[in-house]
Amino acid sequence: MNVALILQMATDADPQRVGLVCTRRNWSYGELLQAALGAAAIIADTGCEHVALLDEHSEAAPIALFGAALAGKPYVPLNYRLPDADLAALLARIRPACIIGDIDRIGQLHGASDHHCLSRTGFIAAAERAGDFALEENSDGQDIAVQIFTSGTTGAPKAALLRHANLLGYILGSVEFCSAGENEAQLVCVPPYHIAGISAILSSVYAMRKIVLLPGFHPDTWLDAAISERVSNAFVVPTMLSRIIERIGELSDAGVAPDFSALTSIAYGGGRMPVELIERALDLLPDTRFTNAYGLTETSSTIALLGPEDHRLARQSDDPGIRARLASVGQPLPTLEIAIRDEQGHPLPAGQRGDIYVRGEQVSGEYREGSALDADGWFPTRDAGWLDKDGYLFLAGRTDDVIVRGGENISPGEIEDLLLSHPAIADAAAVGVPSVEWGEVVAIAVVIRPGHHVPSEAELCGLIRERLRSSRVPEHIRLLPVLPYNEMGKLLRREIRALFQA
Amino acid sequence: MKPGTKLKSAVCDTEVMVIRGAHVTIECGGAPMAEDKPDEGAVINEEFAAGSQIGKRYVDASGELEVLCVKAGQGTLAIAGVPMAFKEAKPLPASD
Repeated sequence: MNVALILQMATDADPQRVGLVCTRRNWSYGELLQAALGAAAIIADTGCEHVALLDEHSEAAPIALFGAALAGKPYVPLNYRLPDADLAALLARIRPACIIGDIDRIGQLHGASDHHCLSRTGFIAAAERAGDFALEENSDGQDIAVQIFTSGTTGAPKAALLRHANLLGYILGSVEFCSAGENEAQLVCVPPYHIAGISAILSSVYAMRKIVLLPGFHPDTWLDAAISERVSNAFVVPTMLSRIIERIGELSDAGVAPDFSALTSIAYGGGRMPVELIERALDLLPDTRFTNAYGLTETSSTIALLGPEDHRLARQSDDPGIRARLASVGQPLPTLEIAIRDEQGHPLPAGQRGDIYVRGEQVSGEYREGSALDADGWFPTRDAGWLDKDGYLFLAGRTDDVIVRGGENISPGEIEDLLLSHPAIADAAAVGVPSVEWGEVVAIAVVIRPGHHVPSEAELCGLIRERLRSSRVPEHIRLLPVLPYNEMGKLLRREIRALFQA
Repeated sequence: MKPGTKLKSAVCDTEVMVIRGAHVTIECGGAPMAEDKPDEGAVINEEFAAGSQIGKRYVDASGELEVLCVKAGQGTLAIAGVPMAFKEAKPLPASD
């Protein structure tokens, strides 16, 4: 069992069909497999233990991913945005590695000498020339296919491990082979070191949906590629969708109406989607099918999804319970189990908030440093949330982000959602800051919409006291020009907490 | 048979990968499948020549055995002379 099977099957079904478009070069499945086999031969020759990618997205990413799989070595895509010292520390942990990408930068980093480095173009050219490679066929799938370093918000980054059986379990359980029509194309703009960048490649190749790869995200290049390549499917994080919607609005104000008729489906995930934004997107693109996907690195991507019909039903419904689903991440995939537990690990009934646990073939829950699975194979996601009576999953932030004031658990999300309903507030974050009296108290940072008057502290506190509870009323309020996010649209709460503690 | 085991047809190009195993012999085109393809190919039994489809999952009547066809061929997949059935799954929207 090897993820390279995905590319082998696509090639068997139609070797000439175009599987990937990157900077105007078309790659057929046959050409991709040939390059992956060549890459495997190169990797095996180096004798390295890992195959790392330090680069923006290009055809080198799928070639390295499948090539590493064929050679039986973990594929380790690295975050090229990391500062030098952090990157050097990760390179030391994967020694000796075959590293593809920014060879100049690797050369400048301390301790890079044990690695075998190849530039992007050098690697691709060599892989295309290298010829064949014989694969060990009857593996049980327990080798490591992909290793992803977590962002390390609470300490040194952990090395999350995904085995071939996890990734294949996810793909075989959620994607129908060759289900895409010849005119379908998937626009991939998430970076290669993110789980969504990897699952997008695997899912698209298995569905035989042509991948249109963008090296980075900008609303204009995204729109250009979507239109010129007649893209049918795309995955975006909420901040990307927000910028795309804004750009479409600007174009429409200028009298330009781009032709999105090919764009039938947009999936989103990777961060909290403001309800206001998805409502706007649904109204602006009435014929597009939206899917909200919730997943983690440790679960090989998606574990729950809110599908297109649910989106439209929720948008049109008068039933508050159904309308609320637009703020959910939908229902668990049929191939896995999700449970909500209290702090003692006891299961909680529908409607009660607790810790989200998940179990299934695609769930690895494993790090190089040890497994996080419990004795029965359940993975604690460290996300908080609840299931409604119909089985829709709602997220309530990271359990680490919960504010504990005088023994009472407060979800930042409920305060942020309320603040965002204020017309003058463009963005809001609630965090816990230390308090001698309460342990922690609520602090909020808000961004005011241009052209609006700044609401007084009394007004904001009054709103929260009236609509929520007095324990949620902030003791500290800061106005910021913009909130800190990482490039995947994740709010950096630790930076906001640091502001209040400075 | 362990998950991940690949079996080849003795009569055609069909290959399957075991997803969930059971202690049974899988036949293709009327002949038993094996990890290695025999040098001397057997002749397909015309009663089991409806073909196998790449990407389809096949299950036995009990549902205990499940295989994925990873290479198509002319033979019909069967267990003790009973053709295996497609495993139908509700399609999910693309999410990544």
